[in-house]
Amino acid sequence: MTTATNTGASQRRTSALTTGHLPRFSELIVLGCAAAVSAGVLALFGFSVTGWLVLTAVVYLIVIGVLSGVVEGRRKSTDRVVRGLVVVAFLLALIPLISTLWTVVSRGIGQLSWSFISGTDRTTFDPTTLEVKVVPGALQAIIGTLEITGIATVISVPIGLLTAIWLTEYTQSNNPVRRVITFLVDVMTGIPSIVAGLFAFSLFALIRGPKEAFSGFSASVALCVLMIPIVVRSSEEMIRLVPHELREASYALGVTKWRTIMRVVLRTAVAGLVTGVVLAIARVIGETAPIYIAAGATNRLNTDPFNGPMSTLAVLSYTGYAFPNDQDKAASLLEAWGSALLLVIIVVILNLIARVVATAFSPKARR
Amino acid sequence: MSKRIEATDLNVYYGDFLAVEGVNIEIEPRTVTAFIGPSGCGKSTFLRTLNRMHEVIPGARVTGEVLLDGDNLYAPGVDPVLVRRQVGMVFQRPNPFPTMSIRDNVLAGVKLNGGRMSKSDQDDLVERSLRGANLWNEVKDRLDRPGSSLSGGQQQRLCIARAVAVQPDVILMDEPCSALDPISTLAIEDLIEELKKEYTIVIVTHNMQQATRVSDKTAFFNIAGTGKPGHLIEYDDTSVIFSNPKVKATEDYVSGRFG
Amino acid sequence: MRAALRKPPSKAGDRVFLGLSTASAWVILLILAGVLVFLLVKAAPAIAANWADSSQLQDRTAGNTAGWNSFWPYVGPLLFGTVWSSLIALVMGTPVAIGIALFISHYSPRPLAGVLGYLVDLLAAVPSIVFGLWGVFVMRDFLKPFSTFLNSYLGWIPLFGGDLSVGGATILAGAVVLAVMILPIITAISREIFLQTPSLNEEAALALGATKWEMIRMAVLPYARSGIVSATLLGLGRALGETMAIAIIVSPKLIYSFQLLTDNNPGTIAANIALQFSGSNELQRDALIGTGLMLFLVSFAVNFAARWIISQTAPGGRRRRRKARTA
Repeated sequence: MTTATNTGASQRRTSALTTGHLPRFSELIVLGCAAAVSAGVLALFGFSVTGWLVLTAVVYLIVIGVLSGVVEGRRKSTDRVVRGLVVVAFLLALIPLISTLWTVVSRGIGQLSWSFISGTDRTTFDPTTLEVKVVPGALQAIIGTLEITGIATVISVPIGLLTAIWLTEYTQSNNPVRRVITFLVDVMTGIPSIVAGLFAFSLFALIRGPKEAFSGFSASVALCVLMIPIVVRSSEEMIRLVPHELREASYALGVTKWRTIMRVVLRTAVAGLVTGVVLAIARVIGETAPIYIAAGATNRLNTDPFNGPMSTLAVLSYTGYAFPNDQDKAASLLEAWGSALLLVIIVVILNLIARVVATAFSPKARR
Repeated sequence: MSKRIEATDLNVYYGDFLAVEGVNIEIEPRTVTAFIGPSGCGKSTFLRTLNRMHEVIPGARVTGEVLLDGDNLYAPGVDPVLVRRQVGMVFQRPNPFPTMSIRDNVLAGVKLNGGRMSKSDQDDLVERSLRGANLWNEVKDRLDRPGSSLSGGQQQRLCIARAVAVQPDVILMDEPCSALDPISTLAIEDLIEELKKEYTIVIVTHNMQQATRVSDKTAFFNIAGTGKPGHLIEYDDTSVIFSNPKVKATEDYVSGRFG
Repeated sequence: MRAALRKPPSKAGDRVFLGLSTASAWVILLILAGVLVFLLVKAAPAIAANWADSSQLQDRTAGNTAGWNSFWPYVGPLLFGTVWSSLIALVMGTPVAIGIALFISHYSPRPLAGVLGYLVDLLAAVPSIVFGLWGVFVMRDFLKPFSTFLNSYLGWIPLFGGDLSVGGATILAGAVVLAVMILPIITAISREIFLQTPSLNEEAALALGATKWEMIRMAVLPYARSGIVSATLLGLGRALGETMAIAIIVSPKLIYSFQLLTDNNPGTIAANIALQFSGSNELQRDALIGTGLMLFLVSFAVNFAARWIISQTAPGGRRRRRKARTA
């Protein structure tokens, strides 16, 4: 064996491991060219950002597919095109997210003022121009949102939490009732929200008569139907994460079962439980349809959750758009965007709280 | 069909962590080479660099050279996909594709190339590969059953048949018998003896008897302590390693004094 | 006699606690049954009524039940519209959702995967009314050029035919927004299952010389097949019950139509309820509740099927298998 033959073999056989392959960064270069070409083409027909992005993606996928197909073969080409498609899919999901948030912020921000959140709708009459102007207010909706969601939370959390405890601590996994309930809870998470609203309306229409059916409490009941399954699922998952050794240690000390659950299991899982509840609130606070059906809508301030229609921010946003004030339609639309933005802000804050609680009190951080 | 492997100054990193350092080894065609050593010594890691399977783990990288009949696996422009077609691998646990039939499992690698194969060519290849894996007689009547219906030992031989079907030059085996019972182990060891006639075989094993039974040459890997890189300590004929090793650590290990 | 072992003091506490938690579990079953029973009781008068002779139902100044002979022809077009709009949303949303899930599970750099997944989950947090307003003011205009193009060049396909909507209040616009709204749930479930694919199978495919996409086709997708099916069904369930996107983006009517780009669109049950409820008289409301009952039954069946598939197949189900890792 001489070195010479070895090198010769190496020269000849390199083709055994290398195929034709595109140079590094060729994907980026193709992407750049695709963007430039698309911009050029669109400049001829009228430029728009979305059109440019779409055209760039299409041109990129075609060019990289053909180029790679010629140089690297069909398998590599398919691989590259799929990679491109998958990235496009992800970006496609970001566009509505950004666009929605941008739209609601840019259209609603002008509406956020102290008078908007501290009062209800007021009309002003200008005697010189004879013009009626509506000064929008969302106080009734803010109060309604807080009361309706608050009552729903107060009812849902104990029921949901206790059910989760029953499922995890008091039953074996082969218990038929447990299996039925876990299954139905999963199915319940998919109940259309408007059906929950109809249920609450039917319930109170039968109890109190159809004229008296609308109330904030009725809407809370509707939200409970949506919220309880969410709380059960998240609590169940969190309680299951508590190591079994902790329970055994507590039992070994002679502590009774319910005290063990309260003092050891729930206390260990508390961060996860709180996170789950906050996310459940964030999920139902933005519901429109069930509240509109069960509590109706009103522009007047009503603080009594048991009598008369109530509004929430989501409902105000809907009615502001769908049933505008005849005297000042523009003001109603602004009101719709303003309350939508207020709602988004609340949801974002709730999500942030959930995340902060989850990270700050996670078992990992405490150890 | 069978190729020679040479590694020179090979280092393997996981991120910043140096896992295996400075391996130089030459593996002859049509031989069985066993890698032995205590857990965590880097023998499996090194094995995976021989067909670039270590790249599956994020952050893993290699410096140095691995030559397959003189072609560097790590030369620029080398396609890991092509490397793996020539250097097949059998894993610790049998891993047939659960949703595919026995027949489709054998053909899985071949079908990737997309070349149209006639039904009879496919049948021939399935039979040849399964016979090559000493499995034909056991499964010939149920080729359409899922691969997961077989016993563990049969599944492992199915995986070997699947690796053989793409006609590689080298077959790497990462503790292929560690999840199997003694009878299945024996069947695999007999099979390795057969496969040696056509392939270069590299096998990682924890079982020193197995190394003496199946291998022509043995490489002993060791590690100085946790967090330190693994090294190739000694590489020689199997008979020498187990009867008359040159390094003290090898002797301690093969005589059961540690590891 | 075990005199030494005194009765623990809080045995009563144990019993109360067990009673409370058991009762809560049964309350959930009660609620589910209650939804069915109350909808049924309240809707029964409208379903059973003789529509042609009912002055309330034929009242043309309120609701939209006038002109129908009975409940069933009234609910028919609504059921059709509900299923049709959901299917369009599903056709557009599912491939994208699976693409996103694959991106997060197999293509994105690992440290980023969590953040990217969170971004997609954020979509689920946006209230539906916000998506509705966004659909009206952004998506309608955005789709107009596409609609014009499809209508003028591909108008011979019935789907794109008909009189092009000027305002953009088409079922296409509604379905696109619906598709966006069901992305998170389909993505979340598929992603979870893709991540559970045994790495042994992935490595087997790679060791045979598969490219990344071939590995996904050989190992990941077959493993996740039933999970993808149930994720899609759950997405369908969401789309069926979504109210606001259709109610305010589309201009719904009680018709059967497959045309995507016109002003004559079939309405959905949920949207019809939201739009008609406040203006309806009592019996008309009962009829709307009847349509709601139909929606409940359909979406319950879809969700039931989805959960059933998940619970029958181990991957992605409750029994999570540990990923086997080789040393």
